[in-house]
Amino acid sequence: MTTTPSTPSTPSTPSTTPAAVRSFSEVSVGDALPATTVHVDRARLVQYAGASLDRNRIHWDEPFAKAVGLPDVIAHGMFTMGSAVTLVTAWVGDAGRVVEYGVRFTRPVVVPYDAGADIEVSGVVKSVDPETKRVTVELTATAAGEKVLGRALAVAVLD
Amino acid sequence: MPVNSDFQGRVYPPTETYRVSAAKIREFAEAVGSADPVHVDAEVARARGYADVIAPPTFAVLIAQQCDGQLIRDPEAGIDFSRVVHGEQRFVHHRPLTAGDAVVGTLHVDTVREAGGHAMVTTRTELATEAGEAVCTATSTIVIRGGE
Repeated sequence: MTTTPSTPSTPSTPSTTPAAVRSFSEVSVGDALPATTVHVDRARLVQYAGASLDRNRIHWDEPFAKAVGLPDVIAHGMFTMGSAVTLVTAWVGDAGRVVEYGVRFTRPVVVPYDAGADIEVSGVVKSVDPETKRVTVELTATAAGEKVLGRALAVAVLD
Repeated sequence: MPVNSDFQGRVYPPTETYRVSAAKIREFAEAVGSADPVHVDAEVARARGYADVIAPPTFAVLIAQQCDGQLIRDPEAGIDFSRVVHGEQRFVHHRPLTAGDAVVGTLHVDTVREAGGHAMVTTRTELATEAGEAVCTATSTIVIRGGE
């Protein structure tokens, strides 16, 4: 580990309080990120609907969801995408370092009234670029044993 | 009614300004479960070199989906919203969206295609500050399920 000589802290010079951003030199292709489980229930979907302004009824109104042919209320794909990437931002140490993020929505996350649903999220470093200190992480997200995201790749710039 | 392929290549005029607030960033970060204090603590954000609290990586969808509405609500586009499924989403951040940003979105309809009885429409929203600084490119593919 390297240490930085301490300098007097002044609020106007941000560099005196470095972010705890992961160092590029400690990352290798194949590294696994700590896996996590995201629990989602109806209350969470209502919260996300309000926060994101995506108020589509299929995400909170069970009779409506069933009437349009869904098995039950389903989570917003963007909720799954947004919660899955917290695995990467926590590992990187600064959410602002994620410069690219893309996914395919392969299956809906069905969210029953009583039990809700668990989304299991894991990630692996797929590639690293020493020139730009960019690392590409491939995320895997599953619910009820099925992959709910495909080609889920996040690119972050490390220190 | 089929999706109107004449819309491919269409570019809409820039939207009204969206003002990114610290309150909305906090609300969004809590909803997706992002615990990074950079979303809620301006001191932390400034210590990391940002002007104010910054948004989580998928926050831009909130603005991009409002831009997409211009296409989806256009009767001539022939998109039946009740049959729409989100197929793909991608963000390229030129810099983080930051509280205080005043951004406008320019909607591009990149592709309109039919496949297996479904229609797929890929849109791209270029988010930039009012001053013209590029902030985020948000690309979305929606699938409009065909009738049975």
